[in-house]
Amino acid sequence: MKTICLYFQVHQPLRLKRYRFFNMGKDHHYLDEASNRAIMQEVAANCYLPMNSLLQELIHKYGNKFKVSFSITGLAIEQFRTYAPEVLDSFRALAATGSVEFLAETYDHSLASLANRDEFISQVEAHSTLIQKEFGQKPTVFRNTELIYSDSIAETVSSMGFKAILTEGAKHILGWKSPNFVYASALDQKLRVLLRNFKLSDDIAFRFSDRSWNEWPLTAERYVSWLTAPDLPGELINLFMDYETFGEHQKASTGIFEFMRYFVDLSLKSKQLKFATPSEAAKKHQPAAIFSSPYPISWADEERDVTAWLGNELQNEAFQTLYKLRDKVVQLNDPDFNYVWNFMQCSDHFYYMATKWFSDGDVHQYFNPYGSPYEAFINYMNVLSDFTIELDRRAALQHAQQASVEEHCVLA
Amino acid sequence: MKVLMFGWEFPPHIAGGLGTASYGMTRGLAKHGVEVIFVVPKAYGDEDQRFVRVVNASDVETPFGETWQEDIRERLTFIHIDSNMVPYISPEEFTREHEEEVHHPGATHGDVWKERYTFSGKYGSNLMEEVARYAMVAAEVARQYAGLFDVIHAHDWLTYYAGIAAKQVSGKPLVVHMHATEFDRSGDNINQSVYNIERAGMEAADRVIAVSNLTRKIVIDKYGIPANKVVTVHNAVRFDKPAGKEVERGVDDKIVTFLGRITYQKGPDYFIEAAAKVLKRLSNVRFVMAGSGDMLNHVIRRVAKLGIADRFHFTGFLRGEEVQKMFALSDVYVMPSVSEPFGISPLEAMKSNVPVIISKQSGVAEVLDYAVKVDYWDVDALADAIYALVKYPALARMSASRGMVEVTNLKWDNAASEILDVYRSLV
Repeated sequence: MKTICLYFQVHQPLRLKRYRFFNMGKDHHYLDEASNRAIMQEVAANCYLPMNSLLQELIHKYGNKFKVSFSITGLAIEQFRTYAPEVLDSFRALAATGSVEFLAETYDHSLASLANRDEFISQVEAHSTLIQKEFGQKPTVFRNTELIYSDSIAETVSSMGFKAILTEGAKHILGWKSPNFVYASALDQKLRVLLRNFKLSDDIAFRFSDRSWNEWPLTAERYVSWLTAPDLPGELINLFMDYETFGEHQKASTGIFEFMRYFVDLSLKSKQLKFATPSEAAKKHQPAAIFSSPYPISWADEERDVTAWLGNELQNEAFQTLYKLRDKVVQLNDPDFNYVWNFMQCSDHFYYMATKWFSDGDVHQYFNPYGSPYEAFINYMNVLSDFTIELDRRAALQHAQQASVEEHCVLA
Repeated sequence: MKVLMFGWEFPPHIAGGLGTASYGMTRGLAKHGVEVIFVVPKAYGDEDQRFVRVVNASDVETPFGETWQEDIRERLTFIHIDSNMVPYISPEEFTREHEEEVHHPGATHGDVWKERYTFSGKYGSNLMEEVARYAMVAAEVARQYAGLFDVIHAHDWLTYYAGIAAKQVSGKPLVVHMHATEFDRSGDNINQSVYNIERAGMEAADRVIAVSNLTRKIVIDKYGIPANKVVTVHNAVRFDKPAGKEVERGVDDKIVTFLGRITYQKGPDYFIEAAAKVLKRLSNVRFVMAGSGDMLNHVIRRVAKLGIADRFHFTGFLRGEEVQKMFALSDVYVMPSVSEPFGISPLEAMKSNVPVIISKQSGVAEVLDYAVKVDYWDVDALADAIYALVKYPALARMSASRGMVEVTNLKWDNAASEILDVYRSLV
């Protein structure tokens, strides 16, 4: 009997509008609301709503035999509220069934884990608070942005009280070992590590509609036969993928929804497979070995590293310029500034600056508002420049006010 | 494989990009073992002498101060046809320049092709006649060299009649190479006779090579040439010497450069408008417009009117060394061309380590990933890109270093092998 652990990532960035240097100093409204709205509503119609209702239907049919888990970023939830409240309602309805687990992550889908420990912790806390408020559960399992993992990130996560962490079953770390076991984190072995089975996950997420793939068309029967094959090692199959796989990356016309329905039906009928949430899976299975990665890994690209976000000079420059501002932002602690500070950290901005996609194709291009990495960098830096100017201006103002208050006190 | 090639300029006597391209291409072909008989018009001034000179490659002044490599010398034969045909000049300009100095007893008017043309040895009184005369000599060359070549390859419209004539005489397949179309040179106000020659050349040809997909599209859409006959082979670039040496700077300001003929095709207007926008925001930038052309006066007036003349400088026409020096002084190179079949100058800027901004309407944009690309008309985007390259050093550094790698990989060897494939498909 093997356990299937389904986890879906739900995220939409707040995209920046075309912000020229002329705008600087005059225009402090950075977001492209029209496209954020349009994309959110499109994805809601193609993916979130139909897939949520399919999951609701399956949970209704199978009760607690069928389990799924989600990680939804703070930025996505904000956009649900503004542009598609019915999506938020349908997630709440799923939460109410008791068969759905919500995971913790950074509020902004940020790369803070690679920049600043304090910032990272405060974002994870902000996200957990939001999840508790929206869905009534306190997350106990953590997934980092793009499944970025390193031993020291895991240690931080463990120190925050999380029981398990998700990451990629990266071949260069695992070597001959199988991702289909629970592992223990190297620096704090109480923390369990669940590893994505990238072959079986990507069969659905990337290859499902690929007609040049020799397994096309993939049927639920065949897929379930792979999961139940006696020579498949391990006890746990972690299928982690972007939620937008369903209806967006793989359009409804490819049959992806029907596939998922029959996949669940057949899995449960097989009597050899059952479903569990990440926290259940981590609790149930004993760790098979230690999992250790001193350097950050992720689920992206062939290399499974972080070079898609921090791989070239542009990305590094933008990233460093951004995090240099943290002290000022924290000190000012103004809601308007915190809001911008948050969405500017979203990893997608750095993804758009990747030059890797010249060779590594379409996934990077997906919903990319920019024609080139240069455009992405220029636009981001223009916004960041204006934000910095405003931040300094406001800080000076605050400083002056404090000085005058103090002066007042002295006089009084 | 042996090729009879008709060009109209060859280093060191060049006025534009075609000569450089011809040289690189010939070298590339030689490396692939192709023998080239290169026919070029050349005015010797002694008109009643020989019309055709066969010149050994070793007798030609060596371009770029280097000696010919052995393998090329063996594989290249020059034929100079005595002619005052000059490139980069419109038929009207040609007439204007020559009508006074040329006395032409046998001058013919009307359609030169219908007349029995007495080959006087005099230059034609207008460019069209000269093109026709050149074609007759070309036919004679083809006859003399019969059996010594397998393919005829003609570059740009001036030589198309020559190519057609050579094909008729020899029966060998003809390849015509479109380095620029009349639409690139003149916008929509095209010269109909030039257009007709271009179309006739392409119709008579067995294959048309276009220097970019952009040009290929024009050839198909505006000349009605069947798509399966038209092949894109992107130009490449040669590195004759290492990147430009350090030049001492007179000013601390960042320098943004436009370098090229100041004509409609090159989009100088957009450069000025963008400059004005950038100068409103930044004080440490200077703009330089290097080159000359029929829009120069217009452009100077516009700069004066915008009140940016203190930060916008004109250098006039620059030659060899000066061009290198200009690149070495530049922090950003801009090519805002309205229509550019290929555009070799950004590649030269890139090999001097200068970040470049090119218009999306240039053929070279098809082969460069690491250049900043904007629509030529989008002055805001252009201004923004200039601002960013001046203001965000990481962008300039990356653009320059990646650009250098990219430009180094654009080799004539590869382009020549694609051209060789075209030849092979015809023989």
